[in-house]
Amino acid sequence: MSRYPDKLADVLETFEMFSEPTERAQLLISYSDQFRPVPPEVATRPYPSSHQIPQCESEAYAWAVKQPDDTLKLYFAVENPSGISARALATILDKSLSGLPAEQVAQVSPDIVEQIFRQNISMGKGMGLMSMVLAVRALAQRAMSQPAPAANVAYPD
Amino acid sequence: MSAIADRGYVNPGVLVSTDWVAEHLQDPKVRLVESNEDTLLYSSGHVPGAVHVDWTADLNDQIRRDYVGAEAFERLMARIGVTPDTTVVFYGDKNNWWACYAFWVFQLFGHTNARVMDGGRLKWEKEKRELSRDVPSYPATTYKVAQRNDAPHRAFRDEVLKFVEAKGQLVDVRSPDEYSGKKLHMPEYPNEGALRGGHIPGAKSIPWAKAINPDDGTFKTADELKKIYQEEQQLQPGNATIAYCRIGERSSHTWFTLKFLLGFPNIRNYDGSWTEWGNLVNVPIER
Repeated sequence: MSRYPDKLADVLETFEMFSEPTERAQLLISYSDQFRPVPPEVATRPYPSSHQIPQCESEAYAWAVKQPDDTLKLYFAVENPSGISARALATILDKSLSGLPAEQVAQVSPDIVEQIFRQNISMGKGMGLMSMVLAVRALAQRAMSQPAPAANVAYPD
Repeated sequence: MSAIADRGYVNPGVLVSTDWVAEHLQDPKVRLVESNEDTLLYSSGHVPGAVHVDWTADLNDQIRRDYVGAEAFERLMARIGVTPDTTVVFYGDKNNWWACYAFWVFQLFGHTNARVMDGGRLKWEKEKRELSRDVPSYPATTYKVAQRNDAPHRAFRDEVLKFVEAKGQLVDVRSPDEYSGKKLHMPEYPNEGALRGGHIPGAKSIPWAKAINPDDGTFKTADELKKIYQEEQQLQPGNATIAYCRIGERSSHTWFTLKFLLGFPNIRNYDGSWTEWGNLVNVPIER
């Protein structure tokens, strides 16, 4: 059994199949193209610094909204128009972790960044991307101690 | 920002504006070259007609720490359809940091018919100009390198050591924390293995990005640059100068600024930089 949640394991397996940097780049850009920024009902600009992902040069923000069924829904904002890598990872995290209980989200390892990006990671981005995973983990850990809301409510700052 | 020609540079022709590039997208005598730190950026959209030159795969030897040899450079130029007469215009992310690095490597091979697009990707994107995902293909050319000549542009460690002993003019373009030895790497970047922190004795600390207007990535005017380099840090344009950083990429940006915009006639880039100096046995270091 994979040590990752099923959807994330599928994503990692897909990236594993693409050994060529150019193929991997196309896959990452495809994820980046699917990025949808945080909706206004969750957060609006200027986004609070408490949600900003440290070390991420693309000025990225993350939110984890606890759902009535006790799972999390992740949202992201990436302010740098050139933040392709940040948008790609944000999309992957949303698609593979949203819908899971906070306990599972809180256990995802930042090692996935290396598995996803490999040669396509640029020098300045590795730490920022790992920081994005750590930020999601931290949000999930905070959510673990919160009761499930009756309706969707943005997680407090 | 004022027009390039009005900024008082010694060699204003080495920069071209985004307007100029937009007017030369179809010019067969011009080849646009995008060089980035982020390997995904070119594929996600580039200036129409631009080719991609990757600083790791295309410009660096894959085994030894050096740049590619003449034959590999000739193959690169053939692949991107460049002849010795082609005007190569570099641009890229991070305030043209890597574009200047590629520009510098091209100088080693004598391709001096080169320019940098002022503002790079940042300005092009901010002006909401067209970006394309079409990867262009140009007829292969035959390109012959006369002989790679590093000497005018590149400094090696033994030369730097003699230069230090002679109290030569050195510029450390890294961040203040790297210069002071507090950090062994750039803020937010991984430690790439220097064993000692600090700077080469006598080096002036002038972080590379001071040359740039952060809002649009353009170079500051000559007067603003003179204030930074010549007034505040007392660099003498007539003195032989060596710039360095961590692996020679940030310092190629400063090399470009000092050589072409301020007209320092004798400036070299020490690409061994701190990843070499900070690991050398028994060389002097200041903190």
